[in-house]
Amino acid sequence: MANLSLKEMTAQYSDLLRELGNIGAGNATSALSQMLDLKLDMSVPEVRLLEFKEVGEAMGGADQIMVGIFLAVEGDIDGSMMFLLDSPSARHLVNVLMNTPDSKEESFTEIELSALKEVGNIITGAYLNALSMMTNLAIVPSVPYITVDMLGAILSVPAIAFGKEADEILLIDTQFFADVKLDGYFVMLPDLVSYSKILSALGMGEHTIG
Amino acid sequence: MAEGKVKIIGMADLAVCKPPDGITTLGLGSCVGVAVRDPIAKVGGLLHLMLPDSTAVANNKNIPKFADTGIEELVKQVVAAGGLRSRLVAKIAGGAQMFAFQSGNEAVRVGDRNVAASLKKLKEMRIPVLAQDTGDSYGRTVIFYPETGDYIIRAVGKPEKII
Repeated sequence: MANLSLKEMTAQYSDLLRELGNIGAGNATSALSQMLDLKLDMSVPEVRLLEFKEVGEAMGGADQIMVGIFLAVEGDIDGSMMFLLDSPSARHLVNVLMNTPDSKEESFTEIELSALKEVGNIITGAYLNALSMMTNLAIVPSVPYITVDMLGAILSVPAIAFGKEADEILLIDTQFFADVKLDGYFVMLPDLVSYSKILSALGMGEHTIG
Repeated sequence: MAEGKVKIIGMADLAVCKPPDGITTLGLGSCVGVAVRDPIAKVGGLLHLMLPDSTAVANNKNIPKFADTGIEELVKQVVAAGGLRSRLVAKIAGGAQMFAFQSGNEAVRVGDRNVAASLKKLKEMRIPVLAQDTGDSYGRTVIFYPETGDYIIRAVGKPEKII
């Protein structure tokens, strides 16, 4: 049994964590791509260990307006999963889904939000499925919740959950984009105990992280 | 007033300033922004706290993360910058429930708990709360100017408020 700080764990296993993000987000991106019948690219996932005060700036500014879809994750691991889209991308996605190509409305109707929530549900499901298959751990997402607000306010929810046990937040995020106006992030946030379980499930031995 | 610099603070962070400067924090969600000021000396500070109670968690070394330790530290720093302890007044904002699930379970309604813990701590320290804009389900960007005591609140799709 090795005791590792969150920083040491991140340094030692960053390639592995990045690969987890790669497989999860790869699956999610292809689910989204099929749903929209659109070619999508994704970035190399980033594994980021951030101080809380840096969280807002990490994804383009704390006051940037985003659509956030949040799922609590339970089962063998606990944590949260988020799918974030900037406002113009969410509008574009809704227009494709609802067949309203010309809408430029900045706000979303209930039905449009519901459609976005379902998209979030399907693609985060794809992400978590891939993770579950790879680790052989049961990963059970909650129903999805949605909000349209400033990025900092959206991220305060997982940050507070993580903040009960750590002073830094470890997140694995992947950006995806298309030729047209589509820009968003998948963010995975297991809690500290769950990171140990993931490492052990992948044959990296037993660790206590904290 | 607009001549001064505006310092940005993040989550679990605090700062103190003097006129004509201000302090802002962007996108307060379930966190709470506590502004404290001496209206005569015109110095003040802003705290962006995340959790209600430092005694409820094992890892509690990060002072500005909690309502109890954060407000104590904020007051200490405002006094160190020239504020008179007995003259201090406060305004608070934030503590939203960003997602609908938070309204279900008391244990996860952290926004409300952050607001309650902030009010309790300020009451204990005998610092009057002059105004608050808290709760509901939307994020807030706040800007605080110790010179006037104006606490400006901006939210998506809503008119700007000054409390």
